[in-house]
This record gives sequence, C-alpha cells and structure tokens, in this order.
Amino acid sequence: MPEAKPSNTLSIMRMRLGSPQTSIWVQRMPEPTGADDKRIAIEARGIVKAFGQGPSALRALDNVSVSIRENEFFTLLGPSGCGKTTLLRLIAGFEYPTEGAILLHGDDIAGLPPFKRPINTVFQSYALFPHLTVWENVAFGLQMLGKSKADIEARVAVMLKLVHMEELAQRRTDQISGGQAQRVALARALAPSPKVLLLDEPLSALDYKLRKEMQIELKRMQNETGITFVFVTHDQEEALTMSDRIAVMSRGKVLQVGSPWDIYDKPADRFVADFIGETNFLKASVVSIENGVARVMLASGTEIVATIAEGFQPRDSVTVVVRPEHARAVQQGGQLSGSIENVVYFGTDTHIHIKLDSGELFTVRQQNSRTQSCGFKVGDRAGVEIAPDAAQVLRD
Amino acid sequence: MAKRHFDIKAQPGFAFLAMFTFAALYLPIATLVAYAFNASDSVSIWGGFSLKWFVEAWNNSAVQDAAWRSLVVAFFAAAIATTAATMAAIATTRTEPYRGLSFKYAFINQPLMVPEIVTAVALLIVFSRIKVWTGYSGLGYLIIAHTAFCIPFAYLPIRARLESMDLTLERAAADLYATPWMAFRRVTLPLLRPGIIAGFMLAFVISLDDVVITEFVKSGGQDTLPTYMLGQIRRTVTPEVNAIATAFLALSVVLVTAFFFINRQKT
Repeated sequence: MPEAKPSNTLSIMRMRLGSPQTSIWVQRMPEPTGADDKRIAIEARGIVKAFGQGPSALRALDNVSVSIRENEFFTLLGPSGCGKTTLLRLIAGFEYPTEGAILLHGDDIAGLPPFKRPINTVFQSYALFPHLTVWENVAFGLQMLGKSKADIEARVAVMLKLVHMEELAQRRTDQISGGQAQRVALARALAPSPKVLLLDEPLSALDYKLRKEMQIELKRMQNETGITFVFVTHDQEEALTMSDRIAVMSRGKVLQVGSPWDIYDKPADRFVADFIGETNFLKASVVSIENGVARVMLASGTEIVATIAEGFQPRDSVTVVVRPEHARAVQQGGQLSGSIENVVYFGTDTHIHIKLDSGELFTVRQQNSRTQSCGFKVGDRAGVEIAPDAAQVLRD
Repeated sequence: MAKRHFDIKAQPGFAFLAMFTFAALYLPIATLVAYAFNASDSVSIWGGFSLKWFVEAWNNSAVQDAAWRSLVVAFFAAAIATTAATMAAIATTRTEPYRGLSFKYAFINQPLMVPEIVTAVALLIVFSRIKVWTGYSGLGYLIIAHTAFCIPFAYLPIRARLESMDLTLERAAADLYATPWMAFRRVTLPLLRPGIIAGFMLAFVISLDDVVITEFVKSGGQDTLPTYMLGQIRRTVTPEVNAIATAFLALSVVLVTAFFFINRQKT
C-alpha cells in the first residue's frame, strides 16, 4: 500500500515542531486526504469503564468511541489520569469495559481474555521475563502459539535483526541496558505478528537522545512491519512527530481525533490548544460573526479577525487563542501593545514574553538569525503583530 | 559535645545488656558443643579431645533409627506443607483485596499463634480415635501433624516473594498468548522458585526441631531425634546427647544459612 503514507511523510516533516521552519509565519499545509476509506483495525464503541460502584464510581472512560485504521500509527495523548492507559488496557484485555464494545476487524473482542486476542503490548516497564534470555523472551509468544521449532528460530532471528539485538541474544535481561531492553520488548511483542501493537509510554524511561532515536526507530518498524500501532503518551511533541493520527483525551473523554496538523492548528477546544504546544489566551468579546469568521474586540479595544467555532453569538465573552509563532514583536504598530518582560534565547529561536497593557501575558516566538538579535530588551515597549488567520475562538 | 540525635548505644547499661543477652544465648550452646568433643564419660568434667561420642552416636541403632525417622517426617511434611502453602499464597495474593482476606491470613498462620501444647493435645485426642477406628498407626499421623504446623513457615516466604513480584510479568505472559496455566508454569513458578525452596527449607528445619507435638502424636517406637534426646536426658546424661545435638545444630545452621541466601536471590 504505497499510496497509504501521505500522513507519515507529513508527520516526519513536522518533527522539528516547536521551532518554526522557515519564516516567522508557519506555512499552512493542506491536510492529508484520501485516508478515510481505509479499513478499520480497532474500533472502540461507546466505551464506559467505571471503577467502583454506584454514584461514587470513578468513570475512567466516559462514552469513548474511536476508530483506529489499519496500518496506522495512532496515538492516545493526554495528561496522566485522562484514561488513555485504561483504554489501552481494555484493548489488550487486561480490563473489561463496563459498557460498550471493542471491535477488532468488526468482531467484538471486549469479552476475550488477553491470550485470545491477536494483539500484543509493549509495556512501560518493558516487563521482560527476568529468568529468560533475550532470545527466549522474543520466542515466548511464538512458543505459546505452538509454532514449530524451525519457525520459531527463523522468526526470532528476523525480529532480533529488526531491532539490532542479534549479538546479545543469549544475554540475560538484567545484563542489557534500558535502550536494549526497550528493543527486546518491541521484538517480543512484534514476533507473533499481532494485528495491532499497543505501546504504553514505551519511551518514557529513556534519556532524551535515546528517546529521539527510538521515535524514528519505531516509525521505521511500523513502516516495515505494516502493523497498526496504538501508542500511548503524555508527551505532545512525541505524539506530533510520530503519529498518523492523534486522539487527545482528558478526564475519560476523547476531545479530538485528527492528524498532528489538525490537532495543532485546528484544536477543537481550549484544552486541546493548551495541551498541545504553547498558546496565548486573550479575553475578547464577539462583535460580529460571518461564515465562521468573527470580528472580536480585545481588552485593549482593538478589533481583530478570528476563526470561530459554532455556537457563539455576537456580544459573547470569548477567549481568543494565538500560537506564539503566529505573532511577532514589532517596534511600532501591531494589534496589541505592552512592555517586554523577558527575552529567552533558545538557540534556534527566541521567546519574548510581553506584558500587555491589558495586564495579560503574551508570548511570541521568533526565529533567530545569525547576524541580528531580536532587538528587544527587558522593559522596552513593543507591539504585537498577529498573523492573519492566526487567531481562533475556541469552545471552552 | 552535644549529641545530634538519640543514640541507644550510648545509654548506660546498653553494652552490658547486649553482652549478657549474647552470653545467655550462645554460652550454653558453646559449652554443649565443646563437651560433645569430651573424651570423658561426664558431661561436666573435661577429659581431653575426642570424637568418640560422635562415633558412638553414629553407631547407635536407636539414634540412626530416630534420625532417619526425623528426616523422613520432615521431608514429607515440608513437601506437603510447601505445596499447600504455595497454593494458599497464590490464592491470597493474586486476588483483589476483599473483606475477610486478613481473616484468612490469620487462619493460615494460626499454628504460629495457638500454643503448641493445645494443638498437641487436640491432635492426640483426634488421632487416638482414628487409630482405634482404622487400626493404622504408621508415620502418617506424624507427617500430617508436622504438615499442619509447617504450613505458615512455608507460606510466609512464598507470599513475600509473590507480593514483591512484578504483576506486569504475568500480564505480559497472558498478552503473549499464554493461558493462565502456562503463564503460571512458565513465568510465575520459575520466578517463585527461590521462595518455594526457602519455604521448604524453613518448614524442614521447623519439623526436624519439633518436640511437643511429636511427643504427643507419636506411636510407640516412633521416636524422632528430638524426642529420642529428650528420652535420653530423662535417664542418664552422656556426652552422646551433646554429640547428637551438635550434629543437629550443624545441620540446622547449614539449612538456615542456605535459606537466607536463597531468599535473598533476585530471580
């Protein structure tokens, strides 16, 4: 399925997210299309998972529905306690839903025990069997499936090669490093060729450099094996760089499902905007609305244009959202004005924190050039110029 | 110089109390061991170094008989107790906590709390009835009685091991297509092995050591080593008892040391 990868390319291009690529204004790219007709691998339908009973029960998942496509790198993203791991465990079979169905290629598997599901998991702690060697760990699933000795040997060899662990096959698992343990866990989970691979924050125990390497490795393995990956993380950057699509979760609900591009540039609500990347929030009131675009008046009295979600009326009090890289600090002019509170140099770019005259804080992020500093120092007066199309009014 | 925190070792009398306690514990044992190598016939007059009491004990058929019986009873009691304790430990740790679970702990550990003499009398009464009904008077009674009081000693190290075991491992096995039985056999049991061996050894030593219950439950001619020694001491005390006790001590020390090391083992 060579044509099925446009979104992969896109997410790799987005890998340097956090610093604008070319100019102050991040270019808008068209969102990938044509992926909608792909087959669904996993579908969660109206999932409720309650812990405890009665009215005091904790709803870890509250009517969650998501469809994960075949051969997709799908990420469940959210802060801790949002229910992402619970959803993963329901798919794996370690927990059973209180209500709802989990469909694997159309069959309801919600009631099956984990050993009857063609789904494997890479655990956060890796959970390698400490009494077995690397080789025996990778072979475990194949042995349980009753494969022949020859098949097992061939398959384990392929898997160890895939994760570059051939040389350490006879090591005990306490004699390998964290990064190697991670690879073994991956090989072990991939060896039985599951229909879906679940990854529960597998990179969180690695240091920064290794984590970056593994992100690329994981993407490569997903491409090579063609297996659907469901990845759980609380790290928004990790989610944006690796995923074909992301489901942002909070408090047991799915707030938005979309490509990294969608999630970042067209957040469905304030939570998503705030959770993914840095964002400025400005108080404003709606002056007029036309075709999804509103004129809003900011606290400073300036009117700006912002895209607006449905359900708002003129004179509503709203919050306008502007990404730091979609605005810049200027000596004169700009829709907002204030004084420079802090200038933070980040190498590739500079973050300028501005205290607006309205009292609100606003951060702009602009790319550095080799020859020129940003030209502002703490205490200077500055204007803020918001890029056209950059401001959005979101649901709370 | 002001002390920064309370130091128990600096309290007056601490050193004396410590020395006294160790002396009370170990001096009698040291004396017993020393006199096991006594050449004279007296347990209190030193007559030079000799191994003759060990030789004498070794060649004493009554000692051989009792020692063999002790080992047989201890082996079977420890084996049955360890099996039961392993099952009990799994049942009480691999479950959601529920009302009554701590009652179950207490129930399993009951032999640690009930005075031994009470258990002994109770067993005596029940077993004597059964002996009359069935006519059987073999070693089975001793093995059953020893099994009963060995279970908590086997249970505790096994449960400790299970509780410290990473549950994710069993989940990983299930995730990799292992049925519950295969997950148990291929993952839980191998990881539990040090705990099971430790539990077995502890139970073995406890069984070897028992006097009170054995004394009540045994049929005629079923002396174990401890009850044989008790019988000897009632009559004439010879250094032969010292020699047996010393050999016994050596065996216990070996087993308990092995228990300690096995229990410390990581996997």
